Amino acid sequence: MTRLFLALALIAAPVLADSDMPPAPLADTQLPDPRQEAQAQALMETIRCLVCQGQSIADSNAELAGDMRAMVRQRIAAGEKPAAIRAWLVRRYGSWVTYDPPLDRVTWILWAAPILFLGIGLWIARSSFRRRRA
Amino acid sequence: MKQTVRWAPLVLFILLGSAMTYGLAKPDSTNIRSKMIGASVPTFTLPPATAGLPGLASSDLAAGRPHLVNIFASWCVPCVAEAPQLKAIADAGVPVMGIAVRDRPEALQRFLARNGNPFRAIGADDASQVQMAMGSSGVPESFVVDGHGRILSQVIGPINPEDVAGIVAEVRAAR
Repeated sequence: MTRLFLALALIAAPVLADSDMPPAPLADTQLPDPRQEAQAQALMETIRCLVCQGQSIADSNAELAGDMRAMVRQRIAAGEKPAAIRAWLVRRYGSWVTYDPPLDRVTWILWAAPILFLGIGLWIARSSFRRRRA
Repeated sequence: MKQTVRWAPLVLFILLGSAMTYGLAKPDSTNIRSKMIGASVPTFTLPPATAGLPGLASSDLAAGRPHLVNIFASWCVPCVAEAPQLKAIADAGVPVMGIAVRDRPEALQRFLARNGNPFRAIGADDASQVQMAMGSSGVPESFVVDGHGRILSQVIGPINPEDVAGIVAEVRAAR
């Protein structure tokens, strides 16, 4: 019986994917200044969690997301601008880390596509109207 | 001319369809490469993570010798699998420096006692701040840093036995 239990305990050994450290002080604690907290919250909602990759750090329960929230709140409390904190993260992880992608060589098509398609539509409409009149 | 225009939408559709199929079939990578490769190690000073070993500061990495910086934790299972490879790298004469993420001194001591200690120094990164500054997104990850403190490359995930020779050669080549 004891052997069976030991065998079961071996099989059931949990895979530790998290530390047993408590979350960083500012991970789940709001800043005392509501204006700063609102700034931090707005930024956290547009930073992608590096662990879950489909959630923002504001939504994620991953430990690293908690540490990222703590980092954002610390820097906001120290007077740093949200844009500077976002740039700091983008410098390290690429534009991938932000849900508010910057306009650059890769992303320009996101903004240009609607105008492009509108132009194509106008061109098609014009040529078909002209044909009907003829 | 008119004939080509008539077929254009179909051709476009097939092109788009193949691009999407390719995107779906391509194995998805969830690795996030650090954009700090080629840049200097960010400035930091970490206190010792466990008794008997010094802490780690960025200035230690710019003192003229290349290093392997290993970001790990005692609670990380792949880090156990990586331990023999780190030992082999250290035995080959490469100074291996550790950054312990969210770790406790006692737990780290047990980890080193059980898996061996390849580290010359281990800094305690209790809130993952240095990990983030390095552009690392998990444990274990390793960075090859040259003698001037410049990050040369990154290994995401555990170092496998077949990676050891390459890493040792890369550190030796870096001055």
